[in-house]
Amino acid sequence: MKMDFMGVHHIMTDRITLNYEVSAEDFTRAGEASSDVKKKLKQMGVEPSTITKVAIAMYEGEINMVIHAQGGQINVVISPDEVLMKLADRGPGINDIEKAMEAGFSTAPDNIRALGFGAGMGLPNMKKYSDEMQIETEIGKGTTVTMKVFLS
Amino acid sequence: MDKFFTSVQLDEELCKGCINCIKRCPTQAIRVRNGKACITKKFCIDCGECIRICPHHAKKATYDPLSVMNDYEYTVALPAPSLYGQFNNLDDVNIVLTALKRMGFDDVYEVSGAAELVSEMSRKYVEKHKEKWPIVSTACPSIIRLIRVRFPNLLDHLLPIQAPVDLAAAVARQQAMEKTGLSTDKIGIIFISPCPAKVSAVKTPLGIDKSNVDAVLAIKDVYPVLLGFMKEAVDHIEDLSISGKIGVGWGNCGGEASGLLTDNYLAADGIENVIRVLEDLEDEKFSNLTFIELNACSAGCVGGVLTVENPYVAKVKIKRMIKYMPVAMNHLPKKEELQKAYLSINPFWTSRVEYEPVFKLGDNLKEGIEKMSLVEDYIKKFPGLDCGACGAPTCQALAEDIVRGVAKEKDCIYILKQKIHKISDEFSELE
Repeated sequence: MKMDFMGVHHIMTDRITLNYEVSAEDFTRAGEASSDVKKKLKQMGVEPSTITKVAIAMYEGEINMVIHAQGGQINVVISPDEVLMKLADRGPGINDIEKAMEAGFSTAPDNIRALGFGAGMGLPNMKKYSDEMQIETEIGKGTTVTMKVFLS
Repeated sequence: MDKFFTSVQLDEELCKGCINCIKRCPTQAIRVRNGKACITKKFCIDCGECIRICPHHAKKATYDPLSVMNDYEYTVALPAPSLYGQFNNLDDVNIVLTALKRMGFDDVYEVSGAAELVSEMSRKYVEKHKEKWPIVSTACPSIIRLIRVRFPNLLDHLLPIQAPVDLAAAVARQQAMEKTGLSTDKIGIIFISPCPAKVSAVKTPLGIDKSNVDAVLAIKDVYPVLLGFMKEAVDHIEDLSISGKIGVGWGNCGGEASGLLTDNYLAADGIENVIRVLEDLEDEKFSNLTFIELNACSAGCVGGVLTVENPYVAKVKIKRMIKYMPVAMNHLPKKEELQKAYLSINPFWTSRVEYEPVFKLGDNLKEGIEKMSLVEDYIKKFPGLDCGACGAPTCQALAEDIVRGVAKEKDCIYILKQKIHKISDEFSELE
């Protein structure tokens, strides 16, 4: 469908795609992407409690990319049914996914723990706050976490 | 009264249409249109930042003139604790309180006195409601207004206890009625305020149905008059103070939180810092915190735009002054009468503060997504300079305005320039 909106020809869409670059080892910027998504979801009128789920799941993922991987990309697709988040990093990959999913299990180095991160709650929280989660990982190549939060 | 009433107003004559206020506003509530700043009331949280930044003094706070004292048969002054931080070498607040009476008020009632009661009730409430930890302070009206438009998830964390000034007003009115036998409309309960947000809180209260405050005076108006009377008062000091360290400490950032007698608190001041704390709280980044005190103004209430002293200097003055005060005075025997008065007043909020989704782009999710994707399209066209020349604080804000139907694409001078270039190129081809 095409509509004329204030002089701009715009293809009406039922979904919106947002892309973010996460830089490595920059704690001051970690959380920027989830914060932006949070703001946009509020403007779109998404239920406040659902926004919290998206924000926390995504923030944990973002922090993981900063701690364990050399940064990466986040791709978010928002449609009336769901928020789909794809977090792809260029990190070392996850050796034992089952182990990594255990609450409290952490491979974060001491200097990261000293900053208050690396408590081993990253992946468990991502699972807890998302409605669906999938992990694809390859040692030495990187990890892609796909999460879904349903909106309806 | 409009539920989005704000006390900040524009003096059109003085406004030059510059971009200082639009850039400073933390909720992006101001636009320059037709060369003048205009405030979108429903976005405004009354923080006073625009009043602070405006180089032309075109932003004004609404409050009452000193002459409002003449409108009532019997008046009670409610001095904010921040008032005490305005004076040099003040070692006895009774000098200020006596001077207020000499200035024309029939009685005084310290807001800091009620603050000690609020502290005591807050201690009990915080202890009892672990499920709401961390509990967020609600004494600053701008904070409640900010949370209700931007942080719906945090509404449950709000401390549902009246602000000290409202509690003080309720008690002062009751006492005045008993003492004088006058009807309620003949009594003027007059707050001496550090900030205009309190004006809005009186006119359109949140959490309670009606405030007992009848009028609000600015500290900066009262200050010069009071100085003269203070010199007179020194020789005839009346013992009027009803508060100690905890109550007066509320004037500074951290004062309310320290009155809870716990170490697990965070106290933030300055609206931008407050927003960061709220963002983090929303993302559940805090653990083991029981209480969060938030003040829109830097240094706390002493930093209000209606004060005269440098906020940090005022803060030191208060700190010095309370050093030798008793911790609190609400349990001393001479205050028994007060205790009784408090017992008859419900200090808790009587209604919930509801989410006001004023920043929403559409009526439903589908429309919201459509409009957001339009916003994204516009942003790609704009230069991203956030120059403010269009009257909106950022390119993003302009894009949202266009989608909301209150601005046009050619408001962007970068796009206008491109269009002019195109036209002039076409002209030169004709030659």
